[in-house]
Amino acid sequence: MINLKNAKWNHYINYIVVAAVTIIFAILSLTGFLESSDKYLLEKIAIAITLAVSLSMVVGFLGELSLGHAGFMCIGAYLGGKAAVILEPMLGEWPALIVSLVIGGAVAAIFGIIIGLPALRLRGDYLAIVTLAFGEIVRSIFMNSSKESFGGSLGLDTPRFNKDILFIIAFVMVLATLAVTQNLIRSKHGRAITAIRDNEIAARATGIDVTKYKLLVFAISSFFAGIAGVLYSYSNFTVQSTKFSYNYSIEILVMVVLGGMGNINGAIIAATLITFLDVELQTILTGNLAVLQDLIYALILIVLVIYNNAPALKPFREKYNIKTFIGRFRPHNPSKHKDDEAKWDRVPTKIKMDEVLSVDLQVSSPYTPDKPGKEGK
Amino acid sequence: MSKIVLKTENLGISFGGLKAVQNLNLEIKERQLYGLVGPNGAGKTTVFNMITGVYKPTTGKFWLDGEDLTGKGQETINHKGIARTFQNIRLFNNMTVIRNVMVGLHNQPEFRCNVFTSIFRLPKHFKIERAMRDKAKKILDIVGLLDERNNLSCNLPYGKQRKLEIARALATNPKLLCLDEPAAGMNPHETEDLMKIVRRIRDEYNVTILLIEHDMKFVSGLCDEITVLNFGTSLVQGTPEVALNDPEVIKAYIGG
Amino acid sequence: MEFIETLINGLSIGSTYAMIALGYTMVYGIAKMLNFAHGDVIMVGGYMIYVGLTVSGNPIISFIAAVLSCIILGITIEKIAYRPLRGASPLAVLITAIGVSYLLQSSAQMIFGSAPKMVTVADLGSISFSGLTIPVYVLVTLICSVIIMVTLSLFVKYTRTGRAMIAVSEDKGAAQLMGINVNRIIMITFAIGSGLAAFAGLFMLMKSPSLSNTLGAMPGIKAFTSAVIGGVGSIPGAMLGGILMGVIEAFSLKIPAIAPYTDAIEFLILIIILLVKPTGILGKKRREKV
Repeated sequence: MINLKNAKWNHYINYIVVAAVTIIFAILSLTGFLESSDKYLLEKIAIAITLAVSLSMVVGFLGELSLGHAGFMCIGAYLGGKAAVILEPMLGEWPALIVSLVIGGAVAAIFGIIIGLPALRLRGDYLAIVTLAFGEIVRSIFMNSSKESFGGSLGLDTPRFNKDILFIIAFVMVLATLAVTQNLIRSKHGRAITAIRDNEIAARATGIDVTKYKLLVFAISSFFAGIAGVLYSYSNFTVQSTKFSYNYSIEILVMVVLGGMGNINGAIIAATLITFLDVELQTILTGNLAVLQDLIYALILIVLVIYNNAPALKPFREKYNIKTFIGRFRPHNPSKHKDDEAKWDRVPTKIKMDEVLSVDLQVSSPYTPDKPGKEGK
Repeated sequence: MSKIVLKTENLGISFGGLKAVQNLNLEIKERQLYGLVGPNGAGKTTVFNMITGVYKPTTGKFWLDGEDLTGKGQETINHKGIARTFQNIRLFNNMTVIRNVMVGLHNQPEFRCNVFTSIFRLPKHFKIERAMRDKAKKILDIVGLLDERNNLSCNLPYGKQRKLEIARALATNPKLLCLDEPAAGMNPHETEDLMKIVRRIRDEYNVTILLIEHDMKFVSGLCDEITVLNFGTSLVQGTPEVALNDPEVIKAYIGG
Repeated sequence: MEFIETLINGLSIGSTYAMIALGYTMVYGIAKMLNFAHGDVIMVGGYMIYVGLTVSGNPIISFIAAVLSCIILGITIEKIAYRPLRGASPLAVLITAIGVSYLLQSSAQMIFGSAPKMVTVADLGSISFSGLTIPVYVLVTLICSVIIMVTLSLFVKYTRTGRAMIAVSEDKGAAQLMGINVNRIIMITFAIGSGLAAFAGLFMLMKSPSLSNTLGAMPGIKAFTSAVIGGVGSIPGAMLGGILMGVIEAFSLKIPAIAPYTDAIEFLILIIILLVKPTGILGKKRREKV
């Protein structure tokens, strides 16, 4: 099916790396070299990558700002977790895991479509605040649920799973997320999605079904957020609603942004590094020093974003960066580029929020002409 | 007697009581090169916005090939066969030239495939991608952008960007192609070239072309028939020679 | 009677929100950015009042110190974190603002520890007449807010600087060409917004004396929500949205069945209002020319 001769290796490199890492750690785990804390860290990393990659679909490729990703994860965690609690005695470990993954993902996807509906009318910061509000609503509903249904403020206790295998399943889910996201983006549908991001009006005039694609992206992105939620419930044996506040959504967004918007490999690396540092620093910095971690994190974030984005630093950035450094050793020949060689990894992303006071109004009536039949005098 | 492609009847729109366009009656025949001219603010682009679904007309109706499209959405109207370019260029700036055109090919029946075909990388996906690329190359060849196909569209010079917009609109396989000031910002040489391209598009694709232009040499050299708009109403309709020499039109342009 | 008490309580909560929302909306309208750290400036104001009270014991001196330090903080944040990013992608600015928010929260925790501080600004008691019992702080909050809002509206409308602010919010480039110092105007906007945040901090401490490093986080989000409900960029909109939010909150908290869902209800109202009127209640449409 795939013609290997024409295969673009850089398109497949992330699958290969993730798969290789998984296999190495799987062997280490099954031969008993991994401590339980390592396995937990790996699970956390896999969950973070799934979240970051799925969010980067909305933010990087569709160009809409979402601050409610933790809300979708919350839905997945609670519903998937609940499904696992009910199904485990009936079906056994494995089927319960698989079914609850599907349930958690599917319900989150349905909510993704529901929250995608405002995205048809709202853009930029307005959509951001609506998605944030959605996440908080979801959290508040689960927090105030009865003890029998979702555990309320005490949280929901969920089944355990063999820790030697759970992180492998989590990484398989990472591969699935990568495959779906990248295959979608590198197709005619992905072109339509990026066209909407680049210029929505032109996309409509070119006949792109904007409604369909916006809802599709929200559905797929929240599907994987839901899956990440189910994995989270299995990884922690308990689901607490406090975990899924808007701060967590922001943390995921930061991974996407630090990775370079619309850059999937970058999102993977950022998610891995941030999660790793988070866990490692937690063990080093204890007591009063723990807050130092947040402080350093905040400082690094500010400095990095300013360095990467400040218009005044542009010449400096162009002079000293890895790409130009490598580029010096590589002959540049533009004519060698293949047709439609999609530089998906390097698509610069603009979210047009300079029309801040504006909102993209409904398509058919952007200027609100007078009502038909009621001609002005 | 050839078929009428676009017909408008009493088409009009008002914004907050201001009548931007009123009582516009057009009949554009198949394979015609139809010009819409008039001073600034006469309502030409507003007419385009109405027949491409950006605005809903306040009064009147319009038909494409006898089908009433009044009040339909932009996507639907494009699917039915009206494509347009924009006065202020609207390209997909982060995409290469060829991919801009491929977005235009998105809805063509021969390139239809659902999302799952792409996600699971079924053989059909590869076949379609290849076919789309070949088709896009053909279209780019017509407007003379084949060599630029792998450049980012935002890096093209202004004149080429306008041609790329035409190519993208053409890719949606329209019955009626609406060009909003295609020659704006071009030098005489480029304008000459564009005239050839527009004629070639009409001949090879059997498409009817409606265009807005301020360059009268361009209009009279190209159009079979024109309508002169002033203050949202149609002043004169006819062949360029007759219409542009009409005393009313001269008055509208130079005042008096 | 209880209805009127709740209403007045709601108005006071609402005017606190309005105070914060004004800061959001002005910065949003003029610098075109969502200043995520605005809520944390309130928290800093709260800690400054605490420090002032500990050092001097005089509530008025400590409050003035809080206002001044918030203004200085606002200007500093703008200068160091946001100004280098002027002209960069709005998302980058948003992320930086989030970074500043984390920075302020964790710095406060570093300095003052994570245990909440109890701050009693002044015990004003409550007054009752014809069956109504209203705490005095509620009245103080209400009266102060009304005075501030009227002053601010007049300032924007009738002073040179105010008009320059409107010009910058309409079109930064054109304003610059007309000889307006855009950087200065944005700085003044941040100063005003941060000053108002100190007021909000005072009102919040009068209401409940517990002070921690996340004091401003949730009120900040809710105030931004109010600003959006009222129509971002519009000063009367921020006031209206804030008051509306506060009244809804007060009444929702009074009904036991829905009290736990108060936050959810407020956010739901935001979503509904935006779906019905995407620009907020008093927001202006700005259209994109085709």
